[in-house]
Amino acid sequence: MNGFPVLTTILLAPVAAALIMTFIPRNESKLIKCIAAVGTFVSMALSLYVYFSYDTALGGLQFAEKIPWIRDLGVNWFLAVDGISLPMLLLTNLIGFSAVFASWNVDNRPREFFILLCLLITGVMGTFVAHDLFIFLLFYEVVVIPIYILVIIWGSSKRVTKEYAGMKLTIYLLIGSAFLLVGVIAFFVKAAGVLGQPNMSFTALAEAGKQLSAFDQTWLFALMLFGFGSLVSMWPFHSWSPDGYAGAPTAVSMIHAGVLKKIGGYGLVKIALYMLPVGAKFWAPYMAVLGVAGVTYAAFAALAQKDLKYIVGYSSVSHMGYVMLAIGSFSVIGINGAVANMFAHGVMAALFFSTVGFIYEKTHTRWIPDLGGLARQVPRLAVAFMLAALASLGLPGLISFIPEFTIFVASFKVYGGLAVIGIAGIILTALYALRAGANTLFGPPREEYDHLEDIRGPEMVPLVVLGTVLVVGGILPSLLFDMVNSGAATLMTHVESAVKLGGVFK
Amino acid sequence: MVEFAMHNAWLVPLLPALSFLIIIFLTKPWKKLSALVCVAGMVLSCVIATLAAYGVFTNHEFTEKPLVYSVRWFSMAGLNIDVGVQLDPTSAMMMFMVTLVASLIFIYATGYMEGDPGYSVFFSYLSLFGASMLLLVVSSNLLQMFVAWELVGLCSYLLIGFYSHKISAREAAKKAFITCRVADFGLLLGLLSLQIVFGTLNLTELAEKISHFEQYTTMGILTLIALLVFAGPIGKSGQFPLHVWLPDAMEGPTPVSALIHAATMVVAGVYLVGRTLFLFHEVPTAMELVAVTGGFTALFAASIAITQREIKRILAYSTVSQIGYMMLALGLGSLTASMFHLWTHAFFKALMFLCAGSVLHALHHKADVWEMGGLIKKMPITGWTFVVGGLAIAGVPPFAGFWSKDEILLAAFDTGHYVLFGMAALTAFMTAFYMWRLIFLALFGDEKPENHPHESPLNMTLPLIALAVLSAVGGLVGTPWAPFWQEWIFFGHPHHADPNYLIMIGSVVLALAGIYLAYNLYCADKTRAKAHALAERYRFFWTVSYNKYYIDEIYLWFNHTFIDGAARLFYLFDIYVVDGVFVNGIAAITRLSGEGLRVTQTGRLQNYALVFFLGVLAVAVVLAFTDPSTAAGLTGGVK
Repeated sequence: MNGFPVLTTILLAPVAAALIMTFIPRNESKLIKCIAAVGTFVSMALSLYVYFSYDTALGGLQFAEKIPWIRDLGVNWFLAVDGISLPMLLLTNLIGFSAVFASWNVDNRPREFFILLCLLITGVMGTFVAHDLFIFLLFYEVVVIPIYILVIIWGSSKRVTKEYAGMKLTIYLLIGSAFLLVGVIAFFVKAAGVLGQPNMSFTALAEAGKQLSAFDQTWLFALMLFGFGSLVSMWPFHSWSPDGYAGAPTAVSMIHAGVLKKIGGYGLVKIALYMLPVGAKFWAPYMAVLGVAGVTYAAFAALAQKDLKYIVGYSSVSHMGYVMLAIGSFSVIGINGAVANMFAHGVMAALFFSTVGFIYEKTHTRWIPDLGGLARQVPRLAVAFMLAALASLGLPGLISFIPEFTIFVASFKVYGGLAVIGIAGIILTALYALRAGANTLFGPPREEYDHLEDIRGPEMVPLVVLGTVLVVGGILPSLLFDMVNSGAATLMTHVESAVKLGGVFK
Repeated sequence: MVEFAMHNAWLVPLLPALSFLIIIFLTKPWKKLSALVCVAGMVLSCVIATLAAYGVFTNHEFTEKPLVYSVRWFSMAGLNIDVGVQLDPTSAMMMFMVTLVASLIFIYATGYMEGDPGYSVFFSYLSLFGASMLLLVVSSNLLQMFVAWELVGLCSYLLIGFYSHKISAREAAKKAFITCRVADFGLLLGLLSLQIVFGTLNLTELAEKISHFEQYTTMGILTLIALLVFAGPIGKSGQFPLHVWLPDAMEGPTPVSALIHAATMVVAGVYLVGRTLFLFHEVPTAMELVAVTGGFTALFAASIAITQREIKRILAYSTVSQIGYMMLALGLGSLTASMFHLWTHAFFKALMFLCAGSVLHALHHKADVWEMGGLIKKMPITGWTFVVGGLAIAGVPPFAGFWSKDEILLAAFDTGHYVLFGMAALTAFMTAFYMWRLIFLALFGDEKPENHPHESPLNMTLPLIALAVLSAVGGLVGTPWAPFWQEWIFFGHPHHADPNYLIMIGSVVLALAGIYLAYNLYCADKTRAKAHALAERYRFFWTVSYNKYYIDEIYLWFNHTFIDGAARLFYLFDIYVVDGVFVNGIAAITRLSGEGLRVTQTGRLQNYALVFFLGVLAVAVVLAFTDPSTAAGLTGGVK
């Protein structure tokens, strides 16, 4: 496939599906769903191809495509993947494909729903394959619009209304991205000064960024930290997350918790840390502290929840705390752990949300005291739930254990006691995950749920796809780590040499 | 064949894993076939394990240098982890014991679980457990061991909660997992420290590096690491103060109690300490702690067992107590004695649990020993094999328990730990007493007319007989006069203690005294008036013991008050402070400033014209008072 623009194809497949859907009559809902499935499947298959044909020994940017776009700003349609972005791309597609099937029973305006869903998936993918900061931001903003509409139309109202949830989600992230934008523009202007010409490519910006003075790097990083941090639900800027997920329809919760918030972690690593190493070094301890605070705080908050979606919502905040702690450890092992943990958490959170979505669809409740004993009535759904819950508590043999272990090694080495508090989160996680599982699935079955039908057919897809990744990734962690390490090692070599340099323009 | 088995010992955990997959994905609808797959996988494993063990126990090379096969599991810059198989006498013995006992129990389970709706699922879990346990046994790397360690915990969770529609089973399963999680938190920190300090988790490399640990770290850090690592075994092996989950684990089906919560999984903690004895050996403080924990737990659990009424609970506390013995031996530095007791205990405790299962099966799950009686007449095989188990655990020669317990007592005496020796001896007496209390109450005495016991089918009684034989003769591999065991399984150098006849005779006297006391109270005296009088006279002690020293209640209170309290507190903080004050506060400021600014939007043209005029005036003033070049900049370069 030499020369074939495979990344662009991956991006365009869901767009093409969306375009085709606009021509389908609105009552052909089966057909619409099938088209969405095909579109996302093509992307998934191609990204699997890219993942397994990427040469990890060689490393660096591969599958690059570069078309000049806005010459005055140095903007190019520059797509490329490396060991950090490729797992994220794959993750997006695994979850996107599953999300289509998790929404198989959507019958309120299915055409609009699936068009928006496909656009959303494209937007998320775009941020991960972009190697140009302008393109990255463009896709980042593309994401916001479908999310807002999807939540306020197809969402559900519980503790908060879906309109509130949608608004909070959108505005919160827009505020974050406003700061981010300011930081990026300021950085771009300064970088252009260093380079002598405007350039938006990641590589060029990184070369320029490391030469900025320590002071500049520090405040620029702070802006990005706030922008990306609020997206990755860094404590205390997390409160959009549980409400937003609770209000969102299943597919959006899956994509949002699964990959969208990972754009924050990805941006922190691939943009902020990569381009502003000295700034990152300055903020690293703060990130670690906020990370640990997030882990513990959100785990406790999850323990107090009775709504399943809130549990998963807080749980994802808690897990993202580990990502922050890992980035804060400022080491190759830490970055490996951060990226791998984002992948692992994405798979597990998506499975969790899809399962909760099915439970809600069938029982019409997510309120734990109204549930119980479902394992007898819907055994396959129970398997999915338990898999997600066990992955969430970091059970060895499932995908999330090794990334967490890696993070623990990195952060324990650097932060000692602080890391121990974070690691203690594994006890709290076990508490809320098992409590949720026990109170939902086990105990005496309830009569009113005797008639429930177990998931079958298309509904099984999320379980099969994501469950397989959970188990295979747990047994063969090298599948993930060989890839991640090839990216993380390169990145940290750059960062460490830049930190030694300490910025040129003092 | 032997060569093949030794070089392919990875098959031993793999075969049950395959059984698991086959049952889950293929044979689940066919119950008998699923059970067959499960049993076949384990029996095949047992054959390979036996051959491999034969190979190891005929070549003294392996006591010096274990046979290790490993592959890279995952790696990144600065962190490389292997998985592999490490064969030496200790792991070969464990492998053989686990596969043998598991095979027998799996066969037993085909009868015991008859008619259960979850028959196939049960066997799939059993297979998964077998695979995980064997993975743990053969581990060449501590992280691999930890993985298996958690996986056996998972199987334990699934199997304790097998009757998941029962709330008690559900809660017991959760309790087991979380209690062990708390302990594993410590273990994980220990492993992380080992990885960070020594840069490896491979057992052989660690052993080498720790033998001259001064190059890497200080004594203080090493002590801390050893204590952290020991936290794991405290949880998994049900040692005080984390023993609380084990008695509750009896909610699971009885074969599970026999296999997981008596013979194999719960001794994983002992095995782990045994495997990392090179670490503990360097740290005298940790060794003392291990010994004291073990000795205390042994006595403590025995003191609870003497008043319990449920048959499986008595056995569970007895397990806790016996594992305490094994820990005690490890703390005294005697891998030989510890592993020896682990070996014999596996047989007689599995046997007694299976007998209990047979009894429960016959009495339709009536568990109170006071409601049984005279069962030996209707259930002769179950009854007499139970008696063999009782003799073995009490330490009556020549049954298995006598030899291993003697080895432990001897180790305590020879190393000068007289207090621990006394505790161990007292425990031996109490063990004989409570176990025979159970036997006299359940098997002898008058038959209860409301019970209609019947002997269990052949697939249940055959394993009983096999285990009874092993319980009778299993200790003969390590008698003081033919110390085969002592020559193969040891830490450092083989240790031949001279037979100490005083201790030997003393322990027999204690055992017989315990049995005699039980006979007096519960068998000779048909009304059991003396027993009741005794309980009445020491009402306080009886109540405390019967209520397990109220430790469960204390933990429950702690959990509800502090953990759930903190959870509510954090949640309220999130809603009212983070969201209420900050997020909604900022939103309110935005809204209010909007409302404030709205005042200026009067809709009157005059006002707008005035503002416009003032603006122009301001620009003019600025231009007038600044120098031309700046002014040009301000006006956007317009000249």
